[in-house]
Amino acid sequence: MTELLVAFLVSTVAAATPLLLAATGELVAEKAGVLNLGVEGMMLAGAIAGFATANETGVTTLGVLAALLAGTALALLFAVVSLTLQANQTATGLALTIFGRGFSALLGAGYVGIPAPTLPKLHIPLLSDIPILGPVVFGHDILVYLSFAILGAVAWCFRSTHLGLILRAVGDSHDAAHALGYAVLPIRYAAVAFGGALAGLAGAYMSLAYTPLWAQDMTAGRGWVAVALVTFAAWRPFWLLIGAWFFGALMYLSLYVQALGVAVPSALLSALPYIGTVVVLVLISRDRRLIRLHRPAMLGRPFQARA
Amino acid sequence: MLKIEARGYESKFWRYASPILALLLTGATSGLIFAAMDRPPVLTVYTFLIVPLLEQDGFQALAVKAAPLIMMGVGLSLAYRANVWNIGTDGQFTLGAICGGGIALAFPDAPSLALFPAIVAGGIIGGMLNGGLVAWLRIRFNANEILTSLMFAYITQYLLVYLVTGPWRDPEGFGFPQTALFSDNALAPRLIEDTNVHIGVLLAPLIAIALWVMLEKTLLGFQFRVLGQATRAARFAGFNENRLVWVAMLISGGLAGLAGVLEATGTLGQLTTTLSPGYGFTAIIVSFLGRLNPIGVIPAGLLLALTYLGGDAAQINLGLPNAVTGIFQGILLFYLLGCDILLLNRIRWVRSKPKAA
Repeated sequence: MTELLVAFLVSTVAAATPLLLAATGELVAEKAGVLNLGVEGMMLAGAIAGFATANETGVTTLGVLAALLAGTALALLFAVVSLTLQANQTATGLALTIFGRGFSALLGAGYVGIPAPTLPKLHIPLLSDIPILGPVVFGHDILVYLSFAILGAVAWCFRSTHLGLILRAVGDSHDAAHALGYAVLPIRYAAVAFGGALAGLAGAYMSLAYTPLWAQDMTAGRGWVAVALVTFAAWRPFWLLIGAWFFGALMYLSLYVQALGVAVPSALLSALPYIGTVVVLVLISRDRRLIRLHRPAMLGRPFQARA
Repeated sequence: MLKIEARGYESKFWRYASPILALLLTGATSGLIFAAMDRPPVLTVYTFLIVPLLEQDGFQALAVKAAPLIMMGVGLSLAYRANVWNIGTDGQFTLGAICGGGIALAFPDAPSLALFPAIVAGGIIGGMLNGGLVAWLRIRFNANEILTSLMFAYITQYLLVYLVTGPWRDPEGFGFPQTALFSDNALAPRLIEDTNVHIGVLLAPLIAIALWVMLEKTLLGFQFRVLGQATRAARFAGFNENRLVWVAMLISGGLAGLAGVLEATGTLGQLTTTLSPGYGFTAIIVSFLGRLNPIGVIPAGLLLALTYLGGDAAQINLGLPNAVTGIFQGILLFYLLGCDILLLNRIRWVRSKPKAA
């Protein structure tokens, strides 16, 4: 029983990590007023960039860096079209997802089914050997801890720093922020780039730690679940963690029950996380006050400076 | 430096020139990408856009491929005008194919004259059910339709996999994940004997014209146009926004369902695990390339259909993975959206101002 519990907790944290990373990045972009629906595309680009680089060089750290850069590059592409050229953000984000899927499939055509070095699990002497607590708390790879650290930093930044205040101002009222002398577009560029970097990191986690393999469309909608998580959390950082764990648990359970050979067909169990996303989204969104209270007021609106 | 300057009016010229500029830029950019991959750029773009048309029956293949894209693109151009972001037409397409295909499998011996209309009705209703659910969740629970419609696309895909690997699997199909072939009575009527040019090729432009008339000539269409351009004005005018959401989702869902059932009964002749090669996302590009105008969607659908055929040609002749289609489509949408800045703005070269002390 304890073994089962440990496996459940460990796998849940692992499955939640790419969601948490991508959702934290999307949260920062949305707080600055930019809705980037290209998370899925940026994750895929990160996944293949990380996998290919780790495979060619044999160094996972370089793979992680490449994933970071790939996600950022795609995010900047989105920023040019949606911020500078003021195109509709919803449609531009979709373009990014379409492009990222094609781009990653093309780059990854030669990498299907071959192994790459994977991110090692940290082993902390003594701590990792504690029963139950050891593997659950101290037995993950570095990206898992990094995802917590980044979430904590983002939460602290929004709550207690000047930078966080400026970001929120840009997202809630870009005209007022502009009037106060803040450079709205550069700040939004930075927020979008940060979101892209984290989405790339989430992709690298998928292809270098979670699966670890490259397969076409391997993120399987996780980028979209990450976007949904931001709404689910009503733009509050720590709720992202709860949401990510919830979906991580759901994803693990749907795999686990399939492995048990329960009479429910596996295809229907695989649909469970997506059904869960719809249900949770409905439950949160029906509270219109909560959404109105926390949603950045300028989310999705283009900004053009008037002299 | 380059400076973006508001025109203060909408340029008629760029309204039509901007998609053409976007196409040219897409061609040039893809050429550069191919060159970077050590592929001959001109030959590759030629293989992509011209070779498919030179083949025997090339235009027939193009029309068959374009039919579902036009149907879905027309529905989306209506929905997007009302700011209803249905991005899960793949799901509505699939549920339509499932419902219509289910009828085809259940009554293989029914007379064609009754069976085929029932199959089509099943397909449309399947698509409408999926689309209507999204509309209901948005109106009743304020749930974002972008996310719900896309999640339903994944859910229906798994439902399809479940059906064709489980209860609907062909017992004589050597274990392949596919249903039995539909009976001849269930197949979509052909426009040309012995080809797969099915009735959808005729229906698609007719639907586009019908929806154009609805948008341009009826009060409901007027409400759609106002809601898209001036949401506040539409509210002050007392338009029932919820009703427009319902109409947009039911029509775009129903048309996607129709496209799905015609793909199943017209092209495939059975249900398999992959019915849509990404039509859902492609239809989004079709609607934007067509300027959210049902008539414009017709040439846009043909062009995007060409990118599918071109992807196949590039795979066969040049050994490129057909994912190249996705890159091409993504770049095209980027340029389409980006070039539209020229509608309301002009880009001018201004000398950077000397920094005053």
